[in-house]
Amino acid sequence: MPTVAPLDLDDHVVAAAFLGDVPFFATASGAIHRLDHGQKVTQAHDGLLACIRDEANDTVITGGEDGKVQRIAADGTATLLAEVPRKWISVVAAGPQGAVGFAEGRTARVRLADGTIKEFAESRSVEGIAFAPKGLRIGVARYNGVSLHWVAMAGQPVDLEWKGAHTGITFSPDGRFVVTSMQENALHGWKLDTKPGADTRHMRMTGYPAKVKSLSWSVKGKWLASSGAPAAIVWPFSAKDGPMGKPPLELGTRADVMVTSVACHPAEEVVAIGYSDGMVLAARFADSREVLLRRPGKGAITSMAWSRNGKLLAFASEAGDCGVIDLAG
Amino acid sequence: MTETALPKPIPVTVLTGYLGAGKTTLLNRILTDNHGKKYAVIVNEFGEIGIDNDLIVESDEEIYEMNNGCICCTVRGDLIRVVEGLMRRPGRFDAIIVETTGLADPVPVAQTFFMDDDVRQKTELDAVVALVDAKHLPLRLKDSREAEDQIAFADVVLINKTDLVSPEELARIEATVRVINPSARIHRTTRSEIDLTKILDQGAFNLERALENDPHFLDHDHPDHVCGPDCGHDHHHHGHDHDHHHHDHDHHHHDHDHDHHHHDHGVSPIHDVTVQSISLRGGEMNPDRFFPWIQKITQTDGPNILRLKGIIAFAGDDERYVVQGVHMIVEGDHQRAWKDGEKRESRLVFIGRDLDREKIERTFKACEAQQA
Repeated sequence: MPTVAPLDLDDHVVAAAFLGDVPFFATASGAIHRLDHGQKVTQAHDGLLACIRDEANDTVITGGEDGKVQRIAADGTATLLAEVPRKWISVVAAGPQGAVGFAEGRTARVRLADGTIKEFAESRSVEGIAFAPKGLRIGVARYNGVSLHWVAMAGQPVDLEWKGAHTGITFSPDGRFVVTSMQENALHGWKLDTKPGADTRHMRMTGYPAKVKSLSWSVKGKWLASSGAPAAIVWPFSAKDGPMGKPPLELGTRADVMVTSVACHPAEEVVAIGYSDGMVLAARFADSREVLLRRPGKGAITSMAWSRNGKLLAFASEAGDCGVIDLAG
Repeated sequence: MTETALPKPIPVTVLTGYLGAGKTTLLNRILTDNHGKKYAVIVNEFGEIGIDNDLIVESDEEIYEMNNGCICCTVRGDLIRVVEGLMRRPGRFDAIIVETTGLADPVPVAQTFFMDDDVRQKTELDAVVALVDAKHLPLRLKDSREAEDQIAFADVVLINKTDLVSPEELARIEATVRVINPSARIHRTTRSEIDLTKILDQGAFNLERALENDPHFLDHDHPDHVCGPDCGHDHHHHGHDHDHHHHDHDHHHHDHDHDHHHHDHGVSPIHDVTVQSISLRGGEMNPDRFFPWIQKITQTDGPNILRLKGIIAFAGDDERYVVQGVHMIVEGDHQRAWKDGEKRESRLVFIGRDLDREKIERTFKACEAQQA
């Protein structure tokens, strides 16, 4: 029977992450709490807007209303990586070899491990950045598509075009697919190994009743789980053409409560599903079996993260009622 | 959140006006006046705002066309992101003010607060306030469509810098503004000096408040009605809750041509006015005719409609029904019971361009319950 160790914070909690075995919770006010032999706090920003885990070196990267980009280590130490005074940094990304992506307005930037900063000007606002799994390359989500830039080379970016506003971006772990979330209630995908201009290059994933704000790739990238519906919508990506012509799985369906966060298990084909009422379930892809992990709470689940061994799940909520679920009990 | 626990939405005031009209002066006034309220301000650039305020956010105007084939379905992408960020820490401020650039189209700003579900859930558009430079308005109307759009779209118009023009010029300016927008409240100011209760907390998009306390809604048909500095409108708050019925529109493609000749409502004392308004008045309406009619009008003519607002009397219905809209977005709701002695009539104002007055008048009349 799973047990829940609650952590109540008086703030909107933007993200949950594990560094080693220590759960981290990043709040909108800029305080980053961790449960490491007691509750500890790092004040990282005056207003935190974005927080993402950097797998390459087991830290988290944060961006704030104070124009700062910080790296927070497992012991809570904050290192200032970059600063753009008076700008909101609401987009951050973690890349290979210590590279960090961030953006303000229409400029995407990549800070390399040695401190060098490369700038990539876009014609429209940068809504999202993701690093490709191979090579030092970023995808930038913006109005009417995605720009792919090689970080080291000052060449023309590859333009992946699709009409509409793209607000988030992710690469599949094998690097064959790029998927964006859109201002419309839809995802859009591109098969990068298809010729530019070919009809089969595009993947439209529609039918969501709400905007998709949470995406998570399953182990080995075989599936992409998403929020934005009263169930976790899980698209199959193991075939050559990705999810085209195949219906997605709908897991953890509830009558009138929306899924707000999804997190795939690191080893099993299982997804943790967080809802707008604070409930958390785990559902198995093979047979859609569900396990209740947490009853409804005070606010919508904003973020969830598995520990590396997949036995602990940290969850964050917009009302501050967070916690860590121990699956073994 | 559960349905019952939703906090009160944060009001949003949109401030438009040409460069030099006095927006920054007004903004500084709002931020320094001793009114006990805190405002988060979203500006295009920090510019001349001389106030030390943590909650001034600079944002690049980013207009997103929605991917649904409807050219008038536009939102401000940057506002969606900034408002989302601000609303994670709502305790910091009481209201949000969005200052637009001089050339900005106010429509995407307003539509953001209706078309984005997350924004709509947490905020409520309060009013669009346009500042007009009395001295330079004739020139502005000559060289740009934006100046006219800003006036046409506004709920409140401040005719500023009145000290720089003669009383005759001022009267002409006011009449022009009234021709462009017969339903806005007009105030005359110098150096953007105004009682802030006349521009903030107006509830202009709130169906319960929109037209209720506007005794001049009728009078606004008269081009000579202007609210002077002493015009004391009474703005009550109504605490009762209604479910709002959002009439979501289907997004058809609009590829029919409008080449109708249109007669302008009043003759503008200054040329170069291309916006027209149509004020409709009728008796009690048949809801089975009225709702399909307003749906159809807003779907086919939506791109040409900047604003619409009205009070509708339905036959056999004891409550007033209010409607308001922006382009293709229309919403309506029962507001309150008709009072004893109150004349049960239906009134509707359209502000837009290339509207077919004859067709709209005729089809509106056809919705009446009692056909003559």
